[in-house]
Amino acid sequence: MTKIAGLTIRFITYSEISRLSGADRIKKILDIVLENKIVILQGRLEPTEETSLIQSTMALVGRIKKFRGVELAVITPGQDQGVFDRFRSGLANAIARGREGLTIIGPATIVKQIKRDPSKVELMLRK
Amino acid sequence: MLRGLFRKRKELKLGFYGPPNAGKTSLANRICKDWTGEEIGVVSKIPHETRHIQFKEKVEINYKNKKMVFKLIDTPGIATRIDYEDFLKCGLKEREAQKRAKEATQGVIESIQWLDDMDAVVVVLDATQNPYSQVNITIIGNLVARKIPVLIVANKVDLKKADMKKIEAAFPEYEVIGISAKYGMNIEEFYESLFKLVKKV
Repeated sequence: MTKIAGLTIRFITYSEISRLSGADRIKKILDIVLENKIVILQGRLEPTEETSLIQSTMALVGRIKKFRGVELAVITPGQDQGVFDRFRSGLANAIARGREGLTIIGPATIVKQIKRDPSKVELMLRK
Repeated sequence: MLRGLFRKRKELKLGFYGPPNAGKTSLANRICKDWTGEEIGVVSKIPHETRHIQFKEKVEINYKNKKMVFKLIDTPGIATRIDYEDFLKCGLKEREAQKRAKEATQGVIESIQWLDDMDAVVVVLDATQNPYSQVNITIIGNLVARKIPVLIVANKVDLKKADMKKIEAAFPEYEVIGISAKYGMNIEEFYESLFKLVKKV
């Protein structure tokens, strides 16, 4: 766990979530985000897990005071060649996801925006 | 053979997906007006104007002697965050903004629930915005995983800030059609690509 002037970043290794079901992975991530922490996850969620994460997030907005949703970005190897090169390089690889890459998820009240282009990802925080 | 005949006759469910304010309803309206004379929904500069799925059934499109019947399904924009205070900045009153935010969150959930029902999807992006957003990647990733044919449309090419090259560079695997749904720019090219897309269904 890293602390920078009130900002907490929680790293989750792939092994911490690999044996969890999709629903439990999402619950684990959102539980940490709801503590106003930024999650950096080793690896990536499945596409359907990403949408489940968005659905669960939306279900919480309005139900939990001051929760406005999340900012989310996935960094993958070879991303600078274009967002969808992973689909070109092999659908099985794209769908299998797994431990390659990093997933950044932060509460929208702390992370204003995750700016990304092919070569970099910038986390813009709220003052 | 009978199965083939029924498949040819059926209405093709064509979804419009994308982030909020990209112009999904504007494009769906353009198509509906072209072929039925009616619109599918209301458009607005305030994000999340579409907060429920809206349909137009039996939209028959005739293009270069080819005919297809579609059920057009316009979906609420998919977002990872919804803050009612953003709507206050757009001039809405507090109560109205809170109501809109609540409905918008339900809309996102509804959009995702409908993904499995689509035969083909048009992903509508705003050509003036950075295409490398996780929402765009998640939507297309889900369609690929579900084997649903995708057509990417970059809307608002009439605006100076539009950057088609950036959108094309982000999605090298796909043909990207630049259009202006508002002014009908490149709509012929869109129909051409739409008919190519439905062959994949």
